[in-house]
Formats: sequence, structure tokens, C-alpha cells
Amino acid sequence: MKLIQVSNCYKVYKNGTTALADLNVTIDKGEFVFVIGSTGSGKSTFIKTLYREEKPTKGSVIVGGINVAKLRNSKVYKLRRKIGVVFQDFKLLPKLTVYENIAFALESLGMESKAIRPQVLKAIEKVGLKEKARNFPNQLSGGEQQRVAIARAIVNNPKLLICDEPTGNLDPDTSKEIMKILENINQELGTTIIMATHDKDIVNRMKKRVLVIENGVLAGDYLKGSYKAHESIKNS
Amino acid sequence: MKALRILSRSIRDSFKSVGRNFSLSIAAITCSTITLILVAISIILTYNVQEITLSLERELTVVAYVKKDSEDANIRTIKKELDQIPEIDKYVFKSKEEWKAEMKNESETLNTTLDYLEENPLLDSFIITVKNVNDLKGVTEKVRSYEFISSAEYGEGMVENLVGAFDIISKGTMVIVIALILVTAFLISNTIKLTIFSRKNEIEIMRLVGTSNTAIRLPFIFEGFILGILGSIIPILVTIYGYIILYDKLGGHIISNIITLVQPFNFIFFVALILLGVGCIVGMFGSYRAVRKYLKI
Repeated sequence: MKLIQVSNCYKVYKNGTTALADLNVTIDKGEFVFVIGSTGSGKSTFIKTLYREEKPTKGSVIVGGINVAKLRNSKVYKLRRKIGVVFQDFKLLPKLTVYENIAFALESLGMESKAIRPQVLKAIEKVGLKEKARNFPNQLSGGEQQRVAIARAIVNNPKLLICDEPTGNLDPDTSKEIMKILENINQELGTTIIMATHDKDIVNRMKKRVLVIENGVLAGDYLKGSYKAHESIKNS
Repeated sequence: MKALRILSRSIRDSFKSVGRNFSLSIAAITCSTITLILVAISIILTYNVQEITLSLERELTVVAYVKKDSEDANIRTIKKELDQIPEIDKYVFKSKEEWKAEMKNESETLNTTLDYLEENPLLDSFIITVKNVNDLKGVTEKVRSYEFISSAEYGEGMVENLVGAFDIISKGTMVIVIALILVTAFLISNTIKLTIFSRKNEIEIMRLVGTSNTAIRLPFIFEGFILGILGSIIPILVTIYGYIILYDKLGGHIISNIITLVQPFNFIFFVALILLGVGCIVGMFGSYRAVRKYLKI
């Protein structure tokens, strides 16, 4: 079953830069997909259109039944509730504890306090941070902070988890840990995961579907395991 | 139920963040305190100036002199005619004897001169007050045309200048008050913008996890409201105590007894209410405007 369908998608920025040109991609429910491409290839723009941080200039981007291209600014939240997003820089609130950072997501959706607690604890357990629930972000390592961000992204049981270079700031060992957690989420919860990355080791090791974006077009779509590090990807 | 939870959490969070962002809150409060004090001063000034001009305008009258040797019947005719002019507020008949008595009181020379004359040289008259000072001229001309009236005066020239000056003063002060309120709105909303700028990450994350725009705005709007209230406390106290003390010190008058100040009671509460209102509305509006900037892509 299709979760994401991108058809004839164009994105031209105000300064005239064409980031996406006639992009066509289909992603099924439950898939784990890497998106790779060199800097300025349009990879980030593609990821951003999926959660409507950028609006496509032309074409359609349908995510979980919502046409992102036609989504009004005031309705973006409806899409975001179905999606979890993880970034390279974690984006945690420094004045809230781990627990509060995760609960914050549910609170702002207007969920009942009673229902919030078990759901947050479950997410914390999933990323293995049970012991650090009361710590503040600055008391955690980079890997731990990223795990908090992942917990926040999955606490609402989204169908889709978008990761924009989640291992970009982490050392190889920590990156491995994070990837293990993501794989676990993909397999146990059935969450579709789309991950943009520069890290060819991870891509080679995980043997997942790989989308290569170059100059705003889909330069390659490799099925599970058929991809081997490409010349065009520069190691970060 | 869900909306209620969002609302109550917004209120809770707004109180929290006033405390958490203490130094920026203080900046916003100080800024609104200072500007609201200026607003209070200018409201008090304007209101007083307008009251003074109104009371001075009320003093302006038309004096119509009845022709010499008019009989009582003629005077009654004039009264009837005056009753028919809608612009007239009230009129008083002043006989020549009353004039004489008044003039004799005024100076010794007049006293002896008037005593020396066998016949009273003065005229009976009507002192007419109009409802609107702009009708002075029209009423005077109408009265002048009456058969038994010899002349009617209202202080031509001087009155027009005076009324013109009052008009300029009251319009000018109004402009100042409105300008000050606008400046206050701008200053307060900019200060709040600064406090929100430092929290744009928070807004970004809220948007990311799927908080609706309304739910993002609410705590900030409440925060603006709280800052507005806190910022208007000192100006309100300054207004109430300041004006009462000023009024007592001056005995309710400036320069002479003609120029009276507005009674402090009810008036200062009215000013206090305006300050509170301006503080809250500007605070809320400032927050609304500032957050809106970060809710767009």
C-alpha cells in the first residue's frame, strides 16, 4: 500500500534555483528508505516537502492521503500529527527534561494528562533512556539527545518517520546505535522510515531501498541491498 | 474538553514562561510602564483642556439691548420670539435698574455720574446663552433683526479667535493621545517580539510535532495579556495617587477660579481602566503579531 506518492514534483525557489525537477517517487507503507545525494542535489528539499516545510511549486506530493502541495499553512498541523521528524541538531527544548520534552508533543495536541504518561514512558523505553527521564538535554550525550528526539517523534505513533541526517553529528559507534533503534522501530511498529544521509557506511551496511537524488531528479532507485556506494556520494 | 485542556495548559504555560524568561519579561513590563505613564499624563491633560474649553465656551453670551422706552408688552413679544429660537439654551432678562445697580457698585466715578443724571440712560437687555458656541453669530443676527431690539453683541472677532484656538487645542491634544497610544503599541509589541524571537525554536518544535497554530499562539497571547496587566499596575497607581495629590494641592483650580480641574473621582478610575485596557490589548496584539511571523513558511 502506498504511503507516499510524489508525481511530477517541481520546486523552484524565489531566487530562481531549481531544487526539484519532475521528481516521481512512490514509497509503500512499512518501507525503510535512504535518500542520498550530494550537497545541493535537492535531497533536503525533497525531505522538506514531505513534511510541508517547503511547498512544491508544481506537481503533487501525497503523504498518507494528504496532498501536501495543496495544504494550507493553517492546516499543516494535520499532516504533522501523522509524521515524526528527527533532525541532525536534535531540536530539543533545553529548559525541559527528557520526559517533558517528549510529553510536550502530546500536551500540545490537547491529550489528557492521564493518557500522556504511559505513552511517553513507552517511547522512552523504546529508545532505552528510562534512567535519564529526569535529565535535561545538556546532561546528555549527542547520541542520547538524538534518542530523545526519536522518542518525541514516535510518541504519537506516526505512520511515517522522517529523519534528516540524524547521524550527521554523531560518531560511528553512536550512529550504529541510532540506526539499530530506527530499524527496530521500523520492524516492530511498522513505521515507514525515510532517512536522508551522507553516511555511505550506514547505507551499505543496512541494505535497504536507496533513492539517489542528483540535480533535483531521481538519478537512481535501488531496491533492497542492490545498492553499493556510488561515486557521486561524497563522504561527509 | 480538548479545547479546554489546551486553554488551561496555555494559561499555565504563559505564567511559567513569564517567570522563565524573567529578564525579557521585565524589559517588556518596564517598557509598557513608561509608555503607559505618558499615555496617562496625556489623557489627563486632554480631558482637562477639553473641560476647560467647554466651561469657557459656556461663559460666552449674546447681549441684546431693548429699544429705549419699550413697554412691557414689547418685552413680552421679544420673550416669545426668543422662545422660538431652538439654538438658545437659556436667556435672562436684565432691566436697566439692575444694570445701574451693578455699574454703581463697580466704581466710585460711575456711581456719582449715574447719580447726577436724572434719568437712567441705560437700556433693558436680554443675556442669551446658546447651546453651541458656533451658533453665537447666527443667533445674534436673528435677534438684531427684531423690531424692539436696538442692538445685539457677542464680542465679534474675539469670540471667533477664542473658539478657533480652543478647537485647535482640543484637536491637537487628541492627536497627541492617539499618537502616544500608537507609539506605545509599537514599543510594547516590539519588546514582546524580542522575547518571542528568543523562543522561535520552541515555536518551530511546536509546529513540528503538529500543534495547531491557534494552540501555539494561545500561550503567547496570554503571556502578552499578563505582561500588559503587570505593565499597567504602576501607571495606574501613579495616575490615581498623582492626580488626587495634584488636585488637592491646587485646590481644584489652575491660575484663577475660572479654570477648574476635572473632579478626581470616577475620572481617575476611568483613566485607570483605559490604561489597563490599552496595556492588555496592546500586549495581546503584540504577541499575536510577533508569533504570526514564525507561523509562516
